[in-house]
Amino acid sequence: MSRRLRLVVFGLGVSGIGVVFVLAALLIPRFGGGDHPYRDLAVPAAVARSAPNVVSALNFDQRALDTLGEETILLASVVGAAALLRPTTSEHERSIVAEDRILSATTLLGYLLLPVTLLVGLDVVAHGHLTPGGGFQGGVVLATGLHLLYVAGSYSTLVRLRPLTWYGIAEALGAGAFAVLGVSGLVAAGGFLVNMLPYGRFGDLFSAGTVPLLNLAVGCEVASGVIVLLAQFLAQALTVRATR
Amino acid sequence: MNMLVMLGFALVAAMGTAVVFTGEPERQAVTLSAYGLSLTVLFILVQAPDVALSQVAVGTAVVPLMVMLAVRKVRGRRE
Repeated sequence: MSRRLRLVVFGLGVSGIGVVFVLAALLIPRFGGGDHPYRDLAVPAAVARSAPNVVSALNFDQRALDTLGEETILLASVVGAAALLRPTTSEHERSIVAEDRILSATTLLGYLLLPVTLLVGLDVVAHGHLTPGGGFQGGVVLATGLHLLYVAGSYSTLVRLRPLTWYGIAEALGAGAFAVLGVSGLVAAGGFLVNMLPYGRFGDLFSAGTVPLLNLAVGCEVASGVIVLLAQFLAQALTVRATR
Repeated sequence: MNMLVMLGFALVAAMGTAVVFTGEPERQAVTLSAYGLSLTVLFILVQAPDVALSQVAVGTAVVPLMVMLAVRKVRGRRE
């Protein structure tokens, strides 16, 4: 595509978004006001499906198709970044990494916080339909929590406890499970991603139908995806060197 | 819009300006992290805890870490 054509395509896109954005901004309810038409529809729908966390009910039930799109974007970004950052033919990976010197206070804090962070991550994923959070947030917490091992000073421990192939598989399984749950909705209830499981009692761990299952799938995908992504960055920064 | 929300907006504007005026990329990773934290505070103030959780995890932890690692890689190549 020539530079001129690119600019034309860019201009069309920008002006289209600009017009729609201004129209939307003029017509939305005032910031901080009491008029919330979307809330008045979304909250009763979430309560009817036993999901106290309305945001999760939106993301994984009422607008679950959007979340499938977002999850696929994350998957594609991780695959793209991993492909870009893999060692090229003119690079090699050093096996022995000289560990940086770390303050012992940092090491202690890292090891103390590691189990706490992993627990918090699991909690945020598991209770996504009840309390703030969900698969995405919990997944990122789990992935960053694991990297406390690196902050605490042991890259080799992190590498040993992080079989990358497994995380790659888990990422794909998580993304696939979302689509499979969607297709099950199509088969069982006649609509893609329809919430076809029993809603249960409001506030129970096993309630809100497919919402906690979709949370689990997204949590698995996001945690594994972020781990795979950060692994490429860590390897590039610490072990991959140009072959002379 | 109450006083706290206005303070939150002011904090975000101040931290965003600080990020823009931070010259070196490795220092910018730190100010970016602090900016992410100020956004988290704003999201909590406007009662959006779900977004605040995403922001604190991605904006103050993952993105600055990726910036630091990228800077380290680039510096290592120059030596």
